[in-house]
Amino acid sequence: MAVLVDKNTRLLVQGITGTSGAFHTRGAMAYGTNVVAGVVPGKGGTKFDDIVPIFDTVADAVKATGANASVVYVPPPFAADAIMESADCGIALCVAITEGIPVLDMLKVKQFLAGRQTRLIGPNCPGVITPGQCKLGIMPGHIHKPGNVAVLSRSGTLTYEAVGQLTALGIGQSTCIGIGGDPIKGTDFIDALQLFAEDPDTHAIIMIGEIGGSAEEEAAAWIKANLKKPVIGFIAGLTAPPGRRMGHAGAIISGGTGTGQSKIAAFQANGIQVAPTPGDLASTLLKVWQPK
Amino acid sequence: MKIHEYQAKQLFAAYGVPVPVGYPAFSVAEAVAAADKLPGPIWVVKAQIHAGGRGLGGGVKVCKSKAEVQEKASAILGMQLKTHQTGPEGQLVRRLYIESGADIKRELYLGMLLDRDVGKIVIMASTEGGMNIEDVAHNTPELIHKAWIDPRVGVQAFQGRALAFKLGMSGKTVNTFVKTLTSLYELYMAKDCSLVEINPLVVQGDGSIIALDGKVNFDDNALYRHADIVAFRDLDEEDPREIEASKYDLNYVHLDGNVGCLVNGAGLAMATMDILKHYGSEPANFLDVGGGATAEKVTAAFKIILSDKRVHAIFVNIFGGIMKCDTIAEGVVTAAREVGLDRPLVVRLEGTNVELGKQILKDSGLPILTGNDMKDGAQKAVAAAQKYAASLA
Repeated sequence: MAVLVDKNTRLLVQGITGTSGAFHTRGAMAYGTNVVAGVVPGKGGTKFDDIVPIFDTVADAVKATGANASVVYVPPPFAADAIMESADCGIALCVAITEGIPVLDMLKVKQFLAGRQTRLIGPNCPGVITPGQCKLGIMPGHIHKPGNVAVLSRSGTLTYEAVGQLTALGIGQSTCIGIGGDPIKGTDFIDALQLFAEDPDTHAIIMIGEIGGSAEEEAAAWIKANLKKPVIGFIAGLTAPPGRRMGHAGAIISGGTGTGQSKIAAFQANGIQVAPTPGDLASTLLKVWQPK
Repeated sequence: MKIHEYQAKQLFAAYGVPVPVGYPAFSVAEAVAAADKLPGPIWVVKAQIHAGGRGLGGGVKVCKSKAEVQEKASAILGMQLKTHQTGPEGQLVRRLYIESGADIKRELYLGMLLDRDVGKIVIMASTEGGMNIEDVAHNTPELIHKAWIDPRVGVQAFQGRALAFKLGMSGKTVNTFVKTLTSLYELYMAKDCSLVEINPLVVQGDGSIIALDGKVNFDDNALYRHADIVAFRDLDEEDPREIEASKYDLNYVHLDGNVGCLVNGAGLAMATMDILKHYGSEPANFLDVGGGATAEKVTAAFKIILSDKRVHAIFVNIFGGIMKCDTIAEGVVTAAREVGLDRPLVVRLEGTNVELGKQILKDSGLPILTGNDMKDGAQKAVAAAQKYAASLA
């Protein structure tokens, strides 16, 4: 078992013929992910790399292939529409990799998703990987190793740092979820922590946050009240100046809220150890948990 | 993206938010001509820079004659205006706004922005107009009244009335406030704003309300669909290094420290700044080169970082996942040769083909220090910066 994606995932790629979509679809297929369909309006009836059938609409693709997850590589002006198209077809999991979707578009998407069964991960995220089973996104597959530590993060490269440190120590991962760097997103820390709480293959969790918003503070309180598994944290952006966007649209300290200091204080107040530097993610986890 | 007050007020006027009559001026002569078009007997000369706190810094002056308008315009135009948001060096005033004085009875605050925790636009209103609203929120949060807008139906009249009564309004002022709120929300949605703020919103002697100041910020990700807003961009108000970085699609933010950073990924870039601080230096910048760190991008990034003379060392921190480390190493070597490295460079590479990448750095013959991991690289960069700084002294 794992969460969200496994060997039964039947993946549909929205925007499969774009530069980024094509590149990462090849990477996913090489990793062993079961890519069953691509969707590119106007290119229905053709094939991607002579293998993957392309459809004009998500509805056609789902009907023909039984796809149960989608990944969105569509450019920002059209990405919200692509997410809603997936949700309209009842796809269980939609992962939006696209960076740069307007906030007001995402507010619309949130409304559209309410009451529908689709779980959205992202946007502006690296995706989800269950090592050895399914890679759905842009992360480098080869740094991962199957195991029992979950990695959960707003940042792509910091997820890779955590995974790289774990794998170097021989510690594998259950599932790694990048929830994305935008202010409005489909799945937040608590939603993902809930999934890991129920997953028997996940024994411990590394949670990586950053400045902006208060999701880390809320998650810290939730962890203390609900989660029986060991968790360690890290927060990026302690040196970021207020009022400036640090790359991610959501990484901004505004009105005195969303500081790194406040998030670290929340972790500590709720008994969660915090890695002192990004080079200490795996070693900090080993202070509170040992692999069997 | 930020715009000037006078541009914000043009948008306010277009959407039905009442504003004083005024004209922008780029010279003292234009300021006087603007005053001639206004009825008087009170004129206000306002410096137009993107930073807040202009009044306290001496950038806003009330004038009782046209001669005074000329005098104040001469004094403000070209001044280096220092406010709590400009930093100690201040910001050069290149534009003025000349407008009619208002009959100020009460000064209120009205703002609208995204509440990311609930995924809705929130209205904030306060009786404490004219103050720094962040201070009000911190010291007397009970004086800030909020209402969240349901995105399915937009702002409703009852929400506006409730806020108006909390602000102590009565009579026809209440309905004018509701109308103003509706107009502001229309503007927010139509132009993909990220912040709309009126501070102060003034209630005049006759009960009418008017936006005495205006601040509007926009969602950068939505600018592609608003050519009219992009036309408001004033490059003079932006850091030249950040403008240069944006040409190469580099995410760069200038900071005050002495170790320059070149990193892939926003999270890792922030964490790199933090680890430098952890080991005793301050970062000179945030820089995310993105997923595809080509030689061209790395070269441009080096040039931007080295153009800051306060930089005493550069730390390149790359986790090559999809990108191969040998490709990145070649980019770094090419860039270092082209730019001509005059300050210490520490490179930490991790990921695919890392040994190959390290060999390329070694074979280049360039004085590049190698970080074995992030901690080692950060410590070496801090030490190199301290040594370089000492050599200057």
